[in-house]
Amino acid sequence: MSNLPDATRQGVEPLDRMEPAEVVQPSRWRSIWDADVTWSFRHSPVAVVAAVVTLAMILSAIFAPWIATTNPFDPASLNLMNGFSRPGVPNAFTGESFWLGTDDQGRDVWSTILYGLRISLFVGFMAVLFALVLGVLLGLLAGYVGGWVETIIMRVADVQLTFPSILVALLIFGVARGVIPIEYRDQMAIWVLIVAIGLSDWVQFARVVRGATLVEKNKEYVQAARLIGRKPGAIMLKHILPNVLSPVLVIATISLALAIIAEATLSFLGVGAPPTQPSLGTLIRIGQDFLFSGEWWILFFPALTLLALALSVNLLGDWLRDALNPRLR
Amino acid sequence: MDMPVLSLRNLTVDIPTRHGTLRPVDDVSWDIAAGEILGVVGESGAGKSMTGNAVIGLLDPPAHISAGEVLLEGERIDNYTLAQMRRVRGKRIGMVFQDPLTSLNPLLTIGEQLSETILRHLDVSRSEADARAIQGLDEVGIPSARNRMGAYPHEFSGGMRQRVVIALALCAEPTLLIADEPTTALDVSVQAQIIALLKRLCRERGMAAMLVTHDMGVIAETADRVAVMYAGRLAEIGPVSQIVGQPRHPYTDGLMASTPAASAGQARLRQIPGAMPRLNRMPDGCAFHPRCPRAQDKCRVNPGPKVGTADERAACWFPIEQDEAAA
Amino acid sequence: MSLVSVQNLTRVFDVSKPWLNRVIERLPKRMLTAVSDVSFEIPARTTYALVGESGSGKSTIGKMVVGLLRPTEGHVEIEGVDLVTETDAAVIDRIRSDIQMIFQDPFASLNPRWRVRDIIVEPVAARGGDTVGLAEKLLTQVGLSPDDAGKYPHQFSGGQRQRICVARALASEPKLIVCDEPTSALDVSVQAQVLNLMSDLKDEHGLTYLFISHDLTVVRHMADTIGVLYLGRLVEEAAPGDLFTKPAHPYTAMLIEAAPRLDAFGREVEPPEGEIPDPTDPPSGCAFHPRCPLATEICSVERPRLEAFGSGRVACHHAGEIALKGAA
Repeated sequence: MSNLPDATRQGVEPLDRMEPAEVVQPSRWRSIWDADVTWSFRHSPVAVVAAVVTLAMILSAIFAPWIATTNPFDPASLNLMNGFSRPGVPNAFTGESFWLGTDDQGRDVWSTILYGLRISLFVGFMAVLFALVLGVLLGLLAGYVGGWVETIIMRVADVQLTFPSILVALLIFGVARGVIPIEYRDQMAIWVLIVAIGLSDWVQFARVVRGATLVEKNKEYVQAARLIGRKPGAIMLKHILPNVLSPVLVIATISLALAIIAEATLSFLGVGAPPTQPSLGTLIRIGQDFLFSGEWWILFFPALTLLALALSVNLLGDWLRDALNPRLR
Repeated sequence: MDMPVLSLRNLTVDIPTRHGTLRPVDDVSWDIAAGEILGVVGESGAGKSMTGNAVIGLLDPPAHISAGEVLLEGERIDNYTLAQMRRVRGKRIGMVFQDPLTSLNPLLTIGEQLSETILRHLDVSRSEADARAIQGLDEVGIPSARNRMGAYPHEFSGGMRQRVVIALALCAEPTLLIADEPTTALDVSVQAQIIALLKRLCRERGMAAMLVTHDMGVIAETADRVAVMYAGRLAEIGPVSQIVGQPRHPYTDGLMASTPAASAGQARLRQIPGAMPRLNRMPDGCAFHPRCPRAQDKCRVNPGPKVGTADERAACWFPIEQDEAAA
Repeated sequence: MSLVSVQNLTRVFDVSKPWLNRVIERLPKRMLTAVSDVSFEIPARTTYALVGESGSGKSTIGKMVVGLLRPTEGHVEIEGVDLVTETDAAVIDRIRSDIQMIFQDPFASLNPRWRVRDIIVEPVAARGGDTVGLAEKLLTQVGLSPDDAGKYPHQFSGGQRQRICVARALASEPKLIVCDEPTSALDVSVQAQVLNLMSDLKDEHGLTYLFISHDLTVVRHMADTIGVLYLGRLVEEAAPGDLFTKPAHPYTAMLIEAAPRLDAFGREVEPPEGEIPDPTDPPSGCAFHPRCPLATEICSVERPRLEAFGSGRVACHHAGEIALKGAA
């Protein structure tokens, strides 16, 4: 009996009077940023610290050219004599002091970290954005259209899930390498990295959005929109999309941490960002060569930065999931 | 008069939230005697289900009883521990909820569920428990009960499932039955069957029952006495014929008059303007005064007189008098 | 001329298990005939009510009338146009804007992320119409404040939301509004407000309603004509005055007697027998015969046709033989 199309749902007893929802004048913020979420943020020290660290890193990446003492990739500003300066100790030859030290080429580690953070964050954000757009669109389509469209999209997703995402990224990277002519390789490397990580990460977006869409599309507001003859595209984007975004936000945050780590892993393996545009992962790979000869700072500070960044973003994502979860419909 | 089976004394339930404390049940008192069916009516959010949950100790935290007492056969049970309460539920208080599926374990046959419950609460042998289970199913009108003992809940229709739930609630021979919207999810014809069943069982066993529902028709046909709740407070309580026939509280009056059945043949239904206040925006004085046609200054300051134990039926400063209603 | 004409409407749902399960378990396809051969007419400016219990197919008919579902057989004509076969886009658009629907659940029928203004004017905005001041005007008409246009649905109670749904339904100035259980999720006192509002608007705007409900008392109050459905078939159709005093079909009589009444304290009703049968496997002949007090041999063999009886129509071999127990 339960699968009857018109099984009446009597006795729907809304508990809205139980909710202590304050009736404030609606502001633009309220629709996106529910008051409960901000409250939970204010009362979670971990979230506040994580947010401050993340924000500080993003800002220093954006303003790297102004904060950094030198541009480490401008050969004119380098002095080989400054090589292997210890952190905070004046260089024996030039007398210059670098508070995080320098590498073998005399590049200031502090500056390379700022510039590396730029690449890492840029790749991370773009890869997540790519995965998000792709995953959300495919998830919406699968959930709303159903039928064989759904079957194809979700089977592809299932197959991809059986491979570790780093393997998928490696594969895509390898293929791109073979296709792109050698003179463009360094130039295109960042974009290849973005596509590789993004393609390995769209599945979770698609799965979550499809699930939420299946719930939303049977709600009566969607039927009301169909009734007046709105096209499926308009219904998906204007009606359903805004209502499935909160879980997407959570996944996007956690994915950002994963994407940054994935980028670092690929770069560490030597298949990611080229040495001309080093990311944190590239810096760690370079630093690794000097670890056992005593120049620990070349590895340590980029690694610490990566750890702090990935941890903060992840903690932020965890908090966001907990804050939004009881409200996920 | 004999000791009532269930007594509520100034029962108050609070929910602390970060925006202040909400009070879904506010100072509610009533008695239910053996063999009596008390109908509790009210609109959604009136606190009627919350009152039932408070009695059986199933309030969802942070909701809790902040004042008052719950007496079961003269014994205070609101301060019982969880373990003590578990022995009371099922043994001395039977429960029936709106959705029969949530009360039944889908993985066990109904025979197993019934026998288990009987064995847990009564000192009987296994075969005796089985026999009682069959007898219980028989009593609630399950045809060929012996053969259906091995059936799973999903093999029953909605109405039959609710019968099984009733058999389950009654198998340990409780003295009090709490039924929360037991017929709301059912079709009209099945609803009539379940109501008739509940009435017959209460009469035969001399069991007290608290029937929570929003359906005035169900109350009118089933209850001996009626308690009308509004915004967590008791608005009026009295014998069913008086509550339905000569309501004294303006809210009760409006509630009765706004049912389409009451105004059959009229072009317009009588309506109460506005809606019940949200718990966090309770008006001062009588909670009903913003919607009340009889409200005066006194009502805006003082909540109505207390009801439930004294002679006064309605928590209203200016109740509708009988001669008025006739005019 | 009737505004709505429903002819031999039938809808079959495939409720089989997935293909692979069917093959492995060697199960046949299972078909559920939710609506079977239903015909009725709704004259303009009247209210036609469909009543029935769960599984009667009433909501499915509503969805086919507004064009949310395609009929398996038969057709729905609105102002003489069948939306399924019509090819002229301009005509389709005109008819579409003449039909609106009000749903049961006021919490699910408004998009929580949209402002009330945008929700109300969507039927007009989607066609590129002029929406300046429209939401405010409609909100006033349904008894809300024009200032409410800038708010979001969660700021309203259930009754107020249903008023917003009514305002949205009125936006495109429709002729027909299909109301699918519009008040069954509302409290009694609020239900009265919404029903009164709907009656008022019907007079003001010359509306036609197809009113779908399980609640006989509501239907009696609202309808000009009532169609009673049982397992997807129309079993009786009559004006409320006749239907409630002299029901001709035993099922109608059973529904009326089973409905709880306010004036019947301690009424000892003889509850009706049995429950609604499995709609995928309906009884032979008249689907009601296993529960019918009047059933004879012919009822289990031959399905009665819906034929004129008194002022209405009824599908029963023993039409008019039933008597109500106790005055209605």
